[in-house]
Amino acid sequence: MCLAVPGKIIEIYESGGLLMGKIDFGDIYREACLAYVPEAQIGDYTVIHVGFALHLVSEDEAQETLALLRQLAEAGDQAEIS
Amino acid sequence: MKHVTEYRDAALVKGVIAEIQRLVTRPWVIMEICGGQTHAIMRYGLDQLLPDEIELVHGPGCPVCVTPLELIDKALAISSMPDVIFTSYGDMLRVPGSQNDLFSVRANSGDVRVVYSPLDAVRIARENPDKEVVFFAIGFETTAPANAMSVLQAHSSGLHNYSVLVSHVRVPPAMDAILSSPHNRVQAFLAAGHVCAVMGYWEYPRIAQQYRIPVVVTGFEPLDIAQGILMAVRQLEQGSYVVDNAYSRVVTFAGNQPAQAVINQVFVECDRKWRGIGMIPNSGWRLRPEFHDYDAETRFSVSQINPDESPLCIAGQILQGLKLPHHCPAFGTLCTPEQPLGATMVSSEGACAAYYRYARVER
Repeated sequence: MCLAVPGKIIEIYESGGLLMGKIDFGDIYREACLAYVPEAQIGDYTVIHVGFALHLVSEDEAQETLALLRQLAEAGDQAEIS
Repeated sequence: MKHVTEYRDAALVKGVIAEIQRLVTRPWVIMEICGGQTHAIMRYGLDQLLPDEIELVHGPGCPVCVTPLELIDKALAISSMPDVIFTSYGDMLRVPGSQNDLFSVRANSGDVRVVYSPLDAVRIARENPDKEVVFFAIGFETTAPANAMSVLQAHSSGLHNYSVLVSHVRVPPAMDAILSSPHNRVQAFLAAGHVCAVMGYWEYPRIAQQYRIPVVVTGFEPLDIAQGILMAVRQLEQGSYVVDNAYSRVVTFAGNQPAQAVINQVFVECDRKWRGIGMIPNSGWRLRPEFHDYDAETRFSVSQINPDESPLCIAGQILQGLKLPHHCPAFGTLCTPEQPLGATMVSSEGACAAYYRYARVER
């Protein structure tokens, strides 16, 4: 129930009065409602749950987190070597 | 896959686990309250990779598991009625009621349909004007924006044959219930990442301060969970108790404002009974009076329901983190995913299902 998968927005359109999008999940495409991410642009990544985009994925935050975790892994490797 | 694969990097996970090992000086009990996280932990064997000092327990993070038996029985009764199309998320189909489950209702010619999104249920209502379409609106805060939107869509299109059977539960009151229990052993909480993507984490500082426990908003990939545990351990070892965010690429303090606005427009807080736990005040959402027409509980009159739980099932204790699935005498013998005694064994987010699937027999 909590599992929401990140996908890339490749199309944005309106349908039935709702903002909708076509989402690329890598090997499949699905339609999702973008009503809750009105600021979404084509190319943005978003987490989709039960057919709705819940939040955009922040590229900056993702990079910062991964950089920190890479530093941690390297520091660990160095500690092992020394 | 971008924003997924990076968080399954084994070397990075190892790096985080090594740091946890370096920091930890004594035993700690950490609880997560999300079935998706329970399954990820089991699937990637994180519980086995972590140092022995870290004990991971599982909370009632499975909305399917905590839906009261009376409501399941009500769903079964409604779905068996003529001219009703009963729609639901897939994981509800095999959850046992007192006598049977939605799957067997369907096998006996009831019109029960799995939908991916509640908007699909609205579409079915539009396409079948001579039928009553009911949607089983289950979930934590994560599904509330979708469920609420389906009601607004039905309302704005003047659909009279759509209704929702609501069983929404909220995470913060469940945390209160667990932390204020005299049996509580939990010393830190991992907050559910996608619940917080919707709601933000502005509800958690009060909990962290009141019970003096660290709360870390955590995601679902192995690296996310490892990082969440690392941030919890850092706080535990230094004696701090604040809210940390280990899922910042998707979660902000304020959360998704448009989603919260729609939730507040359609739902209002209410007391809710949690299967296996009991009534937790203000722990649920129900439809606001102005949407009363869409409430399946009042639209369909169902005769007196006397729910009947299996006497063997200890799901309630498992959902409160007091016991683990393999402590149950029926685990894997009388109770299996094919023949579940309780919801925790059949739900895709249930702890018992996770332990069974990933073969955890003993620690």
